[in-house]
Amino acid sequence: MTSKAEIVIIGGGISGCAIAYNLAKKGMKNIVLVEKDYISSGATGRCGAGIRQQWGAEMNCQVAKLSREFFETAEETLGYEHSIDFKQKGYLILAATEKEDKQSKKNVALQNSLGIDTKYISMEEAKKIVPMLNTKDFISATYCKDDGHLNPWHTTLAFAKAAEKLGVKIYTHTEVTGIDRKDGEITGIETNKGYIHTNKVVNAAGGHAQVIGEMAGVDLPVYSERRQILVTEPVAPILDPMVISFSKDIYCQQVPHGAFIMGRGGEDEPRDLKNTTSWDFLEKMTETALSILPDLKKTRVLRQWSGMYNMSPDKQPIYGDVPGLEGFYLAIGFSGHGFMFGPATGIIMAEFILGEKTTLPIDKLHISRFEKGELISEDSVV
Amino acid sequence: MTNKDVILCRCEDVTIQDIHDVIAEGYHTLEEIKRVTRVGMGPCQGRTCLMLILRELSQLTNQPIESLLPDTYRPPTKSISFDLFGKSPKEGGELE
Repeated sequence: MTSKAEIVIIGGGISGCAIAYNLAKKGMKNIVLVEKDYISSGATGRCGAGIRQQWGAEMNCQVAKLSREFFETAEETLGYEHSIDFKQKGYLILAATEKEDKQSKKNVALQNSLGIDTKYISMEEAKKIVPMLNTKDFISATYCKDDGHLNPWHTTLAFAKAAEKLGVKIYTHTEVTGIDRKDGEITGIETNKGYIHTNKVVNAAGGHAQVIGEMAGVDLPVYSERRQILVTEPVAPILDPMVISFSKDIYCQQVPHGAFIMGRGGEDEPRDLKNTTSWDFLEKMTETALSILPDLKKTRVLRQWSGMYNMSPDKQPIYGDVPGLEGFYLAIGFSGHGFMFGPATGIIMAEFILGEKTTLPIDKLHISRFEKGELISEDSVV
Repeated sequence: MTNKDVILCRCEDVTIQDIHDVIAEGYHTLEEIKRVTRVGMGPCQGRTCLMLILRELSQLTNQPIESLLPDTYRPPTKSISFDLFGKSPKEGGELE
């Protein structure tokens, strides 16, 4: 392992790999990425594999749109040898209450003003998009045809391989055990495989972001919460878009391979950083799914698993540096949408680290926004 | 018969050659091989193929099989249809 680096990125999920790729593409040399397990072993590889631009907070919309634009040509841009299973059949978000209906109209107006092609539609129109939809409990829906799906493992590996081609050194199965600082500046990181001298460290540790923060002596305003998800056997294609209902607590899609993937939040999800499974998840998940998508009746569940949402106070990501600690950078707090924001994370963080003007206004994503107290919280999260 | 003709994972149609290829690409843990090839992710959830894959991995990378076993088993133990868990709506949308 190398003993000196220009920058060390902690975390081999989509965020870390995309940051490494963008920095290398911009000409930075001697970039190291460390990952305690394998590429996409954490939150990225456990996610629902959807990409959407339908958000209720402005920066989430902007970050999502920038990412969607990249995803559309990602396979060619990154020169990846496998398929990243891009499917662009939209997201259908269902409103079950007057409050949700009102929020939907507001969200669509915001999204349209930012150039996102979302439509507010009736349940009759929704039924044309998803013929099996049980419309009984819903008032209206919003639909964006440009939203979609990608395979999180292959997409992340595509970034990782492209970064390696540009000279990035990726050390998997390498766990960070300590971060050294002196006079308000980063000086190096300790890992289970050796010490790396560096003045720049990027915290892209996903579910473990606050643990890395602690190592650097920084108290970060994020925590991680478990979320559960299941996959079914593959069946013939019968569902085009991802279907979401916030009040019913469900997101569900059929991936190109044929399997259905669906997840929910639930109350009292543990915050102990363990990817455990609970006994009641399958019961609640299948019941909600059947009430909305009744044709799933005879489809078989193969497996349930779990992952971490790294929650920030306004459920929008935290990008940038940390006042008072030179050389410590953050790409954290994705609140359950780190995978779909990956490309934008890479672009914005690389620009910021290299002192360039960022594509999106960094002050609205920077950690200092929480001290100013001008929070606009994102409500559209499962 | 060549390695391309021998299917190890019959749920996802993965051959011995496919496994050898990804091992050569540098994926030396079951978790990684699973994510790249989908091996063991089908209806049998590895019950048929797991030991066959592990044998290939063990032989090609000189690691003992015991050190390669998966660290997590997830419910349900056997695949189960949705209607055995959750109630489904009758005609008209009311739950049964």
